[in-house]
Amino acid sequence: MKQLEYRHVTAARGSLLFLKGGAHAALGERVSIRDKEGTIRNGQVIRTSEKMVLVQVFESTNNLDIENTWVRYLDTPFELALSPDMLGRVFNGIGEPRDSRPPIVSSVVRSVNGAPVNPAARAYPREFIQTGISTIDGLNSLIRGQKLPIFSGSGLPHNRLAAQIVRQAKLPDDASNFVIVFAAMGVSHSDTHFFQSEFESSGVLRNVVMFTNLANDPPMERLILPRTALTAAEYLAYELDHHVLVVITDMTNYAEALREVATEKGDVPSRKGYPGYLYSDLAEIYERAGRIQNRHGSITLIPILSMPSDDITHPIPDLTGYITEGQIVLSRELNSMSIYPPVNVPPSLSRLMKDGIGRDYTRDDHPRVASQLYSSYTRALEARNLASIIGSEELSQRDQSFIKFANAFENQFIQQGEDEERSIIETLDLSWELLSRLPPEELSRVTEEDIQKYHSWDSSLG
Amino acid sequence: MGKVIEVNGPLVTIQLPNIRNGEQVRIGKLGLMGEVINLREANALVQVYESTDSLQPGEHVEGLGKPLSVELGPGLLGQIFDGIQRPLKKIMELSGEQVIRGLSVAALDREQLWHFVPSANIVSGENLHGGDILGTVQETETIQHRILVPPGSQGEIIKHAPEGDYAVEEVLAHLKDAQGRVHELKMYHEWPVRTPRPYHSRTQSEQPLITGQRILDTFFPLLKGGKAAIPGPFGAGKTMVQQQIARWANADIVLYVGCGERGNELVDILETFPQLTDPHSGHPLMERTFLVANTSNMPVVAREASIYVGVTMAEYFRDQGYDVVMVADSTSRWAEALREVAGRLGQMPVEEGYPAYLASRLAAFYERAGSINTLSGDTGSVTLIGAVSPPGGDFSEPVTSHTKEIIRTFWALSKPLADARHYPAISWIESFSGYESRAKQWWADHIDPSWSHRRKQALSLLTQADELERIVNLVGPEALSSTQRWVLESANLIKDGLLQQSALDEIDSYCAPEKQFAMLEIILRFHEMGQELITLGTPVEQLTQLPDNSKIRRMKSTFGNDQSEQLQEFGNNLWEKLDKIRAEYASTSEIAR
Repeated sequence: MKQLEYRHVTAARGSLLFLKGGAHAALGERVSIRDKEGTIRNGQVIRTSEKMVLVQVFESTNNLDIENTWVRYLDTPFELALSPDMLGRVFNGIGEPRDSRPPIVSSVVRSVNGAPVNPAARAYPREFIQTGISTIDGLNSLIRGQKLPIFSGSGLPHNRLAAQIVRQAKLPDDASNFVIVFAAMGVSHSDTHFFQSEFESSGVLRNVVMFTNLANDPPMERLILPRTALTAAEYLAYELDHHVLVVITDMTNYAEALREVATEKGDVPSRKGYPGYLYSDLAEIYERAGRIQNRHGSITLIPILSMPSDDITHPIPDLTGYITEGQIVLSRELNSMSIYPPVNVPPSLSRLMKDGIGRDYTRDDHPRVASQLYSSYTRALEARNLASIIGSEELSQRDQSFIKFANAFENQFIQQGEDEERSIIETLDLSWELLSRLPPEELSRVTEEDIQKYHSWDSSLG
Repeated sequence: MGKVIEVNGPLVTIQLPNIRNGEQVRIGKLGLMGEVINLREANALVQVYESTDSLQPGEHVEGLGKPLSVELGPGLLGQIFDGIQRPLKKIMELSGEQVIRGLSVAALDREQLWHFVPSANIVSGENLHGGDILGTVQETETIQHRILVPPGSQGEIIKHAPEGDYAVEEVLAHLKDAQGRVHELKMYHEWPVRTPRPYHSRTQSEQPLITGQRILDTFFPLLKGGKAAIPGPFGAGKTMVQQQIARWANADIVLYVGCGERGNELVDILETFPQLTDPHSGHPLMERTFLVANTSNMPVVAREASIYVGVTMAEYFRDQGYDVVMVADSTSRWAEALREVAGRLGQMPVEEGYPAYLASRLAAFYERAGSINTLSGDTGSVTLIGAVSPPGGDFSEPVTSHTKEIIRTFWALSKPLADARHYPAISWIESFSGYESRAKQWWADHIDPSWSHRRKQALSLLTQADELERIVNLVGPEALSSTQRWVLESANLIKDGLLQQSALDEIDSYCAPEKQFAMLEIILRFHEMGQELITLGTPVEQLTQLPDNSKIRRMKSTFGNDQSEQLQEFGNNLWEKLDKIRAEYASTSEIAR
């Protein structure tokens, strides 16, 4: 059928093309569409019956006419040719080069949809990755094989934070570097350029594969781009034994493209017009991160998404949070206080942290210190709240010492330079330095031995 | 032989004469498994449990002649199955780390031999009925698998196998029924998942399910055979609470159904449970545990089936006379699978896109919980615990609100508690238990008669404190009287010392009921004595600055479950100390008088 071209368009609407059935189109099959000028567009079969075939066209159906449109069924789903030569290259959403170099030629070709990983074949992620950033290492540790998104908002420095993670991420006792897969959907040219120059200046460019779909590229391509990027990541991780760090930005653009198609198809909307299957669809992407038994490589996934009007209950961050293993939430308030990285500590979380830190990975007191910092900081925030109502003079001595603790915590622990790389031991020592501003009887999350070993309470400071 | 007419995501329209509603079909070259959900003139609508990518109109279809069923027999424990009961470890051997479509693998290992011991009453000429015990197989060290006559079969034994090693397919007995038909009984039988298994009668359970988690057992108890829900926004610790229940619950069998959740969570169980021991039997936890996994990246339709596959297997162990706990994480994903199919069918959405039958489906599912008399005269129970993942943490959404009307125990997770890393982040304000009045008897008989009274006191302290905190937030702490401030302090002691429990702490992870009550007693008595001292004129600061406050906060991880004497002694020392303070103040107040 690859040779046959059909001229059987019956209707066109938005990004959807309706064709007569009878060609035995398979669900998910790739099609190429030629218009009267001879330009080729890409599409995918999203519904098929004996009478009718529905194709989603990435470049939209603008300028197509019913008479002069020829459709060719390619007999395959979307596939990506894979080879080590991908490193250092830039592609579009369906794996075509964007860097005016030749396409990848390889006998290794995989469907971009992959197949679900058998849960019984997974290996539980346990190895601590040191990012050099205290709020992540100390409080929300990143583990090799984890999916840990950054929940951000427009204007917040999520790109700088992601770039810093990419630059600094390493295993404390492993020299082998990460290979980076960078996937950008609907981002501006300047954002892409920022990452590109970041990779260049830190000398990792030869270890990066980039898949980009810019803000002015066809939005429908965004639906396939993360799948293409993760197919490349799987190849690098499980066949070439690399540890792969995948950065995907911005998942909000992805979800919006999904909503657009769903609306065109007439799918029943659930919340805010997003289709009911947004959860499963996002899971297909996020769950491709992880570790597999008896494979050396791993995929660590850092999706970035901007929360529409900073609303964490919006369907995109909400469903993402249910799938990923935690989240790093950025705060507009800290950002306006010029604190970088503006990590909003209370709602941030790393679910895999519990098994990747402590005696065997970082330091014995790490889990308890993290819990204590959380508890003391939230207590301090309550005190600060109270102070804003009744005035800080009215507060008890104890509450005032908590407020001092919070200020120090924000300015010394959360705040750090963009080039500042703190080892996990430095982060933990800094934690104790801050906790020493609080009296020992207020620290119920750490043990008495911890207090004797690390706490240097000086009541004159409180 | 039929053929595919249309492919629309997981829904496939087929043409196949004489197909019945609910029947299973195999579709196309790949042999994808599906289930007929709708008949429309010559066409049938099939929901397919596997991805329909690359399926074309015109591919062939065959009916399997039976509804979606599970195999019930020895070899279930310790296993991990997918949403339609295919063994995932076996699939891994066959297809590597990815699940290849169209694989047909039997749930029970056909090769493995089991040592079968016939029951004493199995002699030729004896009459057997469905649910009777044909014999036993020691499946794991803890669990003796009772081989049941399938419900619906009955008759006179005409032939039976002696004690010995058998594979599951071998015939163990022949029954001849009244019509003269011969039934072959094997070590396993099949049961359709959407039909609840029959039992003799329902009983009223009085046995609390002890989970070793203080906020659950002491404050919001659940009974064996009961139904509970754990709703919570993401990051509130649902999974952790459920895993703690799966670990420590005093049930015979634990079934964990991962429905649309993370793959790594199931791996966590698979990797850690074999190394943990059951506090009640002393054997590895994995010996009583098995899993059903339809992770979030696996096909949506199998997610809908996975809940029924799970509960049918749970009922099967109940029918053997066991107490079974099934944890379903998460029922919201199951409801979303319903919604997705309903949406593609073009059914009218009612609330947030969910179909009108959501509430009745939820109710019918939870109704499969219960404690019963089995057909063979034993007793067994299925306890259902369903996680709910409300979008945006909003408990008024359809799945949470319908579930809330069906279940009796509601463990509401709170985001602010989780943000302060107060785990388990179960809110003492929003949670409730409708079983307290029945659990009370057990606690009175086994632990202490004052349990119910003490529990109420603690809860009332917590509620009072919440109100007082509102006042503090408006006008500052100075507005409170000393007694009120002491109430706040005591409530904080309850929160930090009792409600908060670390799953990662070796000592604190499981807290025996005796220790739970002893701790509650110490905190409440400390509160009462403190109150008395304050009325005598002791300043609140003098009490809050006692080093014993932090000792009380740490007693959960200081004293093991077997150290009740030490805990008692710790209390006694404390009372002595407070008595001394009282003596001081009592004398001064007398002088003043």
